[in-house]
Amino acid sequence: MSFLDVLYFIIPSAIFYAAPIIMTAIGGVFTERSGVVNIGLEGIMIVGAASSIIFNLTFVDMFGTLTPWVGLIVAMAFGMLMASILAVAAVSFRADQTVSGVAINMLGLAAAVFIVKLIYDKGQTDSISQRFSRFDVPFLSDIPFIGPLFFEDAYATTFVAFAVVFIAWFVLYKTPFGLRIRAVGEHPMAADTMGINVAKTRYIAVLISGALGGIGGAIFAQAIAGNFSASTISGQGFMALAAMIFGKWHPLGAFGAALFFGLAQSLSVVGNAIPYVRDIPPVILAILPYALTIIALAGFIGKANAPKASGVPYIKGKR
Amino acid sequence: MSSRTQNFLVPIISIILGLIFGAIVMAVSGYSPVDGYIALWNGIFGSSYNFGETVRTIIPYVFAGLAVAFAFRTGLFNIGVEGQLIMGWFAAAYVGFAFELPMIIHLPLAILAAALVGALWAFIPGILKARLGVHEVIVTIMMNYIALRSINPLIAAVTDGAERTPKVHESASLRSDFLQSITDYSRMHWGFIIAIIGVIVMWFILEKTTRGYELKAVGFNKNASEYAGMNVKKNIVLSMVISGAFAGLAGAMEALGTFNNIAAMSSLPGIGFDGIAVALLGANQPVGVFFAAILFGSLKNGGINMPNEAGVPNEIVSIVIALIILFAASGYVIRLVLDRMGKSKKEVK
Repeated sequence: MSFLDVLYFIIPSAIFYAAPIIMTAIGGVFTERSGVVNIGLEGIMIVGAASSIIFNLTFVDMFGTLTPWVGLIVAMAFGMLMASILAVAAVSFRADQTVSGVAINMLGLAAAVFIVKLIYDKGQTDSISQRFSRFDVPFLSDIPFIGPLFFEDAYATTFVAFAVVFIAWFVLYKTPFGLRIRAVGEHPMAADTMGINVAKTRYIAVLISGALGGIGGAIFAQAIAGNFSASTISGQGFMALAAMIFGKWHPLGAFGAALFFGLAQSLSVVGNAIPYVRDIPPVILAILPYALTIIALAGFIGKANAPKASGVPYIKGKR
Repeated sequence: MSSRTQNFLVPIISIILGLIFGAIVMAVSGYSPVDGYIALWNGIFGSSYNFGETVRTIIPYVFAGLAVAFAFRTGLFNIGVEGQLIMGWFAAAYVGFAFELPMIIHLPLAILAAALVGALWAFIPGILKARLGVHEVIVTIMMNYIALRSINPLIAAVTDGAERTPKVHESASLRSDFLQSITDYSRMHWGFIIAIIGVIVMWFILEKTTRGYELKAVGFNKNASEYAGMNVKKNIVLSMVISGAFAGLAGAMEALGTFNNIAAMSSLPGIGFDGIAVALLGANQPVGVFFAAILFGSLKNGGINMPNEAGVPNEIVSIVIALIILFAASGYVIRLVLDRMGKSKKEVK
């Protein structure tokens, strides 16, 4: 296998695995930038995955090939529902954000499996018949080198993820709303003094993360897994969290980190077919994203600073 | 209302609210909440077998709760109990089957190995926090997944590719024919005595030793402790290490008592996350943790009976536990309501 063949083989597969992580990580960027730690991304992804699969199985006759796309919207709604629980607890009720995030994870998994058992009388759903399918992007796939790498046999969801990264960057850094989110996350009291509604801004940011996390889970379920069970989402949400930190709380950074983690994931799946990679024990590839995150946090890859007010409930009038 | 009564009332109210919401969820889903909770009760106390199984479920919960609570007292959030537990589980199982020693050496050695490995797994986030100021929450989460992703290759490595280790030798097992015979052959084991010792040890360290005082002081105010001449960094590492040792012991209970081996895992066992619930509800006090572990362990084991007897998926129990955590974490609101109620009563008078 030549080097180019390896690239053609590994890059699309890496992007394929990265898309759900990109989505969810961008969601994480929004909440953390607003000063709310969202450990609950995993639970939100689980709910997104379950709701999209249930929707897909139930309404496939009505929507036909559009089903997975409508499924994304359904997952988005349920992701926001989960996130709103976190928002109420963490923003209004001043609950410990990490503890409520852990509770969201537990609740998400339990509720999803509960409902699946309620509907199907078993812990695992059937496989969906309408998945996201691959297609060649017209014209672009004919470009030499770049075409086969990015535009041949591509998933449309991948491009959605790319678009979301760009939109997130634009919103956070080029709009007043983004400035408000960042201000609230760095110094809520100063932001409050300037007339920004801290609670409202944080609510919106948490809901955005719920929407993106739900979509991330739905992409994973409808493009990669194909069904839902308790172990469909195992750690992807935490990997998204890691990607966000590895990417230094920046949309583009999170994007790069998610791509890299996708590469590690895909290598651990398809690595057997590639020379050299074959010789690396799979366990190394499996733990690589997590180990790298720790190394990144330890400051060996530049200093990563969390938004200052991240994890601290804002109480008006308290210094 | 004094804050003491409130501290006691908040967890109780959280539990009641959690159970009420659980009942609502069951009713909305078309199940009978009464049948559901009767099945839950029977699952906990219904037979000597169920009771024995309940006790064995509670044992690792005690240790997981102690682990989270201990770190919390020093102001550290150890979400990594899950990973430390897995590694401790493996260590105990390995020592249990790989060596042949008299029981008086073998059993303590296996337990000690689990505590040591758990401590080592927690040492990494501890030292990173102390030396480089890296937030322990993220590092411990990552350590969980490193443990999960490496446990199956580890099991394969020590067993020539098998998916589970051989059973531990009799000399390293906590199981007893006596306990099994009085509980209708449940998996109840002597670990409950070790769990009680664990509770006493944590109480002793925190309340009766200078070191424990320092650990708590660091939890209250790092700068003040530093100013008073305490070594904050050392205390942070020590707190994580002791917390990890407790977590490792939780794994030892599974390895030497419940399962007598370790099998390949596809997802985290969940005991460590439930330990957060236990610690939170137990207000990070050793005795509180003990009772909270009894509650959550009972709920968890009783829930297994719910699908058979009432047709309710046992995930309802996890939903209830998650809701209890949410309510307990939102204690601010419950206190606020209690305050309002207290005030309005006074006005009536």
